Amino acid sequence: MGANENSSAKPRVRPIVRLGIFLISHSNIVSLVCFLAGVVALLLLPVLAKNTYISENALMPGSANNMLSTHHVSDANKFIKDLTDLELRSMASPIESQKLIAQYMSALDAEVTFHKFYPQFSQFHPLHFFTSPDSGIISKNGTCSSFGVNTVGIIRAPRGDGKEAIVLVTPYNPNKVGLGEAVSLGIAYSVFSLLSHATWLAKDIIWFVADSQYGEYSAVASWLREYQAPVFHKVDIVTSETCNESSTFDELGQGLYLDGKLNGDFRRAGTMAAALVIKVAEQGNQYEDSLNIYAEASNGQMPNLDLINIVNYLAVHKQGLRIKVKKMWSLLDSWWLNTVGIIFESLGKIARSLNPQWKFGIPASEYVEGAATLASSLYYQGLGVPTGPHGAFRDYQVDAITLEISPKVSLTKVIRRNEFILRGGRLIEGVIRSINNLLEKFHQSFFLYLLTSPGKFVSVGVYMIPFALLVAPLPIVAAYLHSNASSSTPQNPSTLGVDANHKSWKWLNSARKVLIFHLWGVVVSLLPFFLCQLPNTTPTMNFILWGFASAFSLLILFFISGCPIFEAAASQPEKNRWTSLKSVTISTTFIGLSLMSVINFATAEIGALLIVPICLLARPLKLDIQAKSWRTLLRASCNIALGFVLFPPVAFVLLKGAFEDFYGINVGDYWNWVESLWAWNSATYLYVGVVHLPSWALCIHILFHPC
Amino acid sequence: MALPPRATFPLSLHLLLLLLSLLLATSTQQEQFSEELLLKPLPDRKILAHFHFQNEAPLHADSFARHHHLFPKSISQLVQKFHIKAMELSFTQGRWNYERWGGFDPISSHNAKPPGVELWAVFDVPLHQVDASWKNLTHSLSGLFCTSINFLESSTTYSAPEWAFQSALGSLRYGTLPREAVCTENLTPWLKLLPCRDKAGLSSLMDRPSIYRSFYHSQRLHLSMSSAASDGSRSGIILEQTLTVVLQPNDQNADMNHVSKAKIQPSWSLSSIFGRKISGRCVLAKLSNVYLHADRGLVAQLENLHENSAQFATNDTGPVDFRMNSGFKLSVTPERVHKELGKGSSLLYEYPINDYKDTEQFDLGLSWEHPIVWSSPHAPFYASRFLMGSGNERGAIAISLKSTEMTQGLLTNNIEERCKLQVNVLQVVPWYVKVYYHTLQLLVDERPQVLTDFVERIRVSPSEDKVSPGMMELVLQFPCEMKSAVLSIEFDKGFLHIDEYPPDANQGFDIPSAIISFPDFNAGLQFYDQSESKSPLLSKLQEKSPVLSYTEVLLVPLTTPDFSMPYNVITITCTVFALYFGSLLNVLRRRVGEEERLLKNKDASKAVFLRRVLTKLSAKLRGRPLESTPSPSSSSSSFVSPKLILRVLLVAGIAIAWQYYSQ
Repeated sequence: MGANENSSAKPRVRPIVRLGIFLISHSNIVSLVCFLAGVVALLLLPVLAKNTYISENALMPGSANNMLSTHHVSDANKFIKDLTDLELRSMASPIESQKLIAQYMSALDAEVTFHKFYPQFSQFHPLHFFTSPDSGIISKNGTCSSFGVNTVGIIRAPRGDGKEAIVLVTPYNPNKVGLGEAVSLGIAYSVFSLLSHATWLAKDIIWFVADSQYGEYSAVASWLREYQAPVFHKVDIVTSETCNESSTFDELGQGLYLDGKLNGDFRRAGTMAAALVIKVAEQGNQYEDSLNIYAEASNGQMPNLDLINIVNYLAVHKQGLRIKVKKMWSLLDSWWLNTVGIIFESLGKIARSLNPQWKFGIPASEYVEGAATLASSLYYQGLGVPTGPHGAFRDYQVDAITLEISPKVSLTKVIRRNEFILRGGRLIEGVIRSINNLLEKFHQSFFLYLLTSPGKFVSVGVYMIPFALLVAPLPIVAAYLHSNASSSTPQNPSTLGVDANHKSWKWLNSARKVLIFHLWGVVVSLLPFFLCQLPNTTPTMNFILWGFASAFSLLILFFISGCPIFEAAASQPEKNRWTSLKSVTISTTFIGLSLMSVINFATAEIGALLIVPICLLARPLKLDIQAKSWRTLLRASCNIALGFVLFPPVAFVLLKGAFEDFYGINVGDYWNWVESLWAWNSATYLYVGVVHLPSWALCIHILFHPC
Repeated sequence: MALPPRATFPLSLHLLLLLLSLLLATSTQQEQFSEELLLKPLPDRKILAHFHFQNEAPLHADSFARHHHLFPKSISQLVQKFHIKAMELSFTQGRWNYERWGGFDPISSHNAKPPGVELWAVFDVPLHQVDASWKNLTHSLSGLFCTSINFLESSTTYSAPEWAFQSALGSLRYGTLPREAVCTENLTPWLKLLPCRDKAGLSSLMDRPSIYRSFYHSQRLHLSMSSAASDGSRSGIILEQTLTVVLQPNDQNADMNHVSKAKIQPSWSLSSIFGRKISGRCVLAKLSNVYLHADRGLVAQLENLHENSAQFATNDTGPVDFRMNSGFKLSVTPERVHKELGKGSSLLYEYPINDYKDTEQFDLGLSWEHPIVWSSPHAPFYASRFLMGSGNERGAIAISLKSTEMTQGLLTNNIEERCKLQVNVLQVVPWYVKVYYHTLQLLVDERPQVLTDFVERIRVSPSEDKVSPGMMELVLQFPCEMKSAVLSIEFDKGFLHIDEYPPDANQGFDIPSAIISFPDFNAGLQFYDQSESKSPLLSKLQEKSPVLSYTEVLLVPLTTPDFSMPYNVITITCTVFALYFGSLLNVLRRRVGEEERLLKNKDASKAVFLRRVLTKLSAKLRGRPLESTPSPSSSSSSFVSPKLILRVLLVAGIAIAWQYYSQ
């Protein structure tokens, strides 16, 4: 840097300060360069992705031969047949199938228990937002008639000390057992029957058959709550005396009291090491057997990469399954992404022609695939909503993933099904054996990563760069504006002393306004709690009410604070007030984004991509129109467009339209989306309410600033 | 920590010795050795094999350097040197399944041990020397048995329970190592203590692969003093060595038809479960017996079966002469059958090995005739312990007690008087699990209760960081009709110093098993007195002792540093320190006014051309932002001149061309 040369001559100002001053004085070009670099770096991520590798040597996946034989598979087939026959025979009682499962479990010498739960419906608890799920929230709307029964079988490891356990989860709906669910139970059963005789087992195995009639997640979550944070004193409104149905639950246990293997109380088996959720997709995907991995838990938390690596390794190298992670399908055939891919490919070719050592650049098709996967990985992490029942485990720091196996052809043919169960079972067996080998909890590999394909990932060190580049201009521009605002007040020689005093505190006025907007953001994000209390409302109505209430609350807040929303006539010293307002806005946005990056990085990354341009560009329209040059007019139109697009509901509709289609979108959808966010305690909801919305509103405020 | 008054100490010691003398009636003057094996079919198709070797030696005051005929010298030296009054060391692998294998008989009370190593010892030394003796003892034992018992030396690992475990008046020390692995290298030194080792006698059955394939494996060494009947003084050492294994016999006709409920138990023989037969007794042993134990549940079921079949037989006018053991068939007829006193009592078949010659081998076999389902007797409460909460900050330990059919039986017996049940709890927690004892909560039948209503005695010795573990002893009195009780206590997870982490810290840290005992109940079996056989095992089975059970070991995940990244840590701390101290020193040392003056003088005197130009340039640069908002183009032109760009481009071009042509 050229400034360094001067350091010897001018020791008064140190180089670092000088660099800062330089950056601030060139904030326009710096911010432009940083922002563009940030976007380019984001686009480069699929290129920079590394191949995954198994970091923990103790896992040793695939080092042992599979022990699961056709013998176990035929047992599983019998089990599936019994289960589906039962479905055909007696439509009346779903309890029969649970009984059957328990019988099969206890025949394997497993300890069997039933866990009865009342499903918890999503509710917005503003005060419980960040608290852990064990805070004793008791369902208020659970009724006697609606309860689910989970069946849990535990194999105690022979010679094990019982300190740790591995959990297998198979969700199924006892009211309507589909073939896919039955097969997933069959796979779990084949593995379970193998493990009941396995001598190498060091950790206990829990097979948890979740009753998914009220949703897979709620069944798993309620069992985990009981496992990890039980409430001993039963003070619910749902007591056993008032419920007739509890007798059917008791009756469930009656027939099964087989030599002490089953009794009513809840069973535990040590600290959970990992959990696998097994699902089987009903319809096949024509080409080959494939495996979908879902890993995202709440607030963008991911399981340890090693868990995905084992599954990936075993599925690809041992069982020959085609492995998949979620993709944004709409991105796959977007022309611009293809263009970017082709550009990167040709750049890579040029680089390689210069020096064959530079392994830069991947084929365009691969790039597009990677980008689509990365986008979906970012999106689902950013959303903060778990993508399956495995999310419940992550809340208790247990690594878990959902494996969805989809067969090539329909599973109705028995021979085909046998082979399918054998493959699935061997995969699960291998994964369990690997985890069983591990003496420690998963800690060796990454927890913060984005997947660009099942075998490639972008680690935190790399994906932080685009974000840092995106938000870097914010403090620089804020400092520039601040110095600008404080220096360019009109020099009035008579009131210089007063002015100097007034000048240094001027930003407080703007800070107050910014604070009011942020308060408003908090109020807006709390409003749904009260709207939920209203009976019989449609999402559309709720949304409209919410909008009105928000606008009204903004007016009230300004009325209370005694600060005019729009200064009617800007006096001469107030003229540059908007710069100081913008400066404070930008700094709060920066703080908000930085905080969010700690909580949920993906949200912060997407949020930065959206909010940073308008924060940088915002400038009163009046000034731009007065100037009447093509540049200012372009900027004004850009500002208007961005201001419109970034209004959260509009942004939601546009994104939804871009990734799905515009057909059938109505206003209520936004409400539904927001509802799902708060129901899952997603921090994204807080981000949208407390950071994005006020920042957007302040930018709009600056746009229409009279000066 | 209440020390007993000095005056009562010898008195109670005396009483203890008297008790010992009552329990251990034999106090012989010669060395004696006996070997016994107890086999017991378990309800879940497994076999319990319990080897019991007892070695007695007289104790002489001058016997320190004495040679023994049978008694292991190392042990007698140990006893002499550390003044051990009683000691027990156990190595265990696997968990005792209290639910299926029973928790009320003497075998489970004595031989069900927590996983890993457990050691307790009572010393006959003044109180202030107990810790020193303990430390020396741990080192000697770790040398003797090839284990890391020496880790119990650290005061953070052992504790001194006073009455919840065993009353020994301050001179008892108790410690466990839950993570200690057990293998043959521990068994070999243990076998070396036997006179015949594993070369002859019952111990020759110990085929290592089959023993270590077991579901539960506990090898135990128990030392106690026998006392003379006359005056109660110490007269001899009794060394009791037991090995308890639970084995699964190979199921020949294992059909995979799992759902069929009536499964016949697998038939077995000594050769099928151990792969060996007994070729003869250890000639040095005074007594060499094999027993087969059928517990109460099994006998009751057999009787039922017998009645049914007898009825059936009478209807059918078949053979009426049906023996008691119609459920199974034994390959060898027992010499003697001991029957327990009372109704529904257990049976003990005795086979003396004395009579077998070396040529014909003893191979006891049992084959089942009918499928029988029974359950072992359970302790009054089924105890389990688990962790609550998640995360790295805090959690809670909960001990839950569930009543079993035992207490339900009690309830019907004496309904008129208010029956109470005593439960003793001993819980030791390492110091890094910081237990808050005031948060101790008790829920009886799912209702929170005032603790003082149920707690009769409580003794807490709080943990001291890096010095001693926390210990809680509780005596609880529960009403007999109680269904369940939960004790919970909260804790904070502490931070360890970097060098205090064990080798695999990422697994988590163990909280040793809690000990739950029921002193109101007596685990002994009362057989009809067969006085001619002074079998140590039989007398052990008949010994009155409280029912004891251990809970699970818990695994607490603590925060662990990333051990694989010391380099990063060093680098970052050094950087931070350098930056901090550098700037701090800079600020402290600098005097800006002085420097400016100096610079001016220099400028005036030595007007170096280059420097003047640079100063001008920088002044221009710095002055500009103060004047007005710089347009990016103008400011960049001043700094990034076209000449410079041209030069950079030229250099880059040359470099690329060089690269291209050098290929």
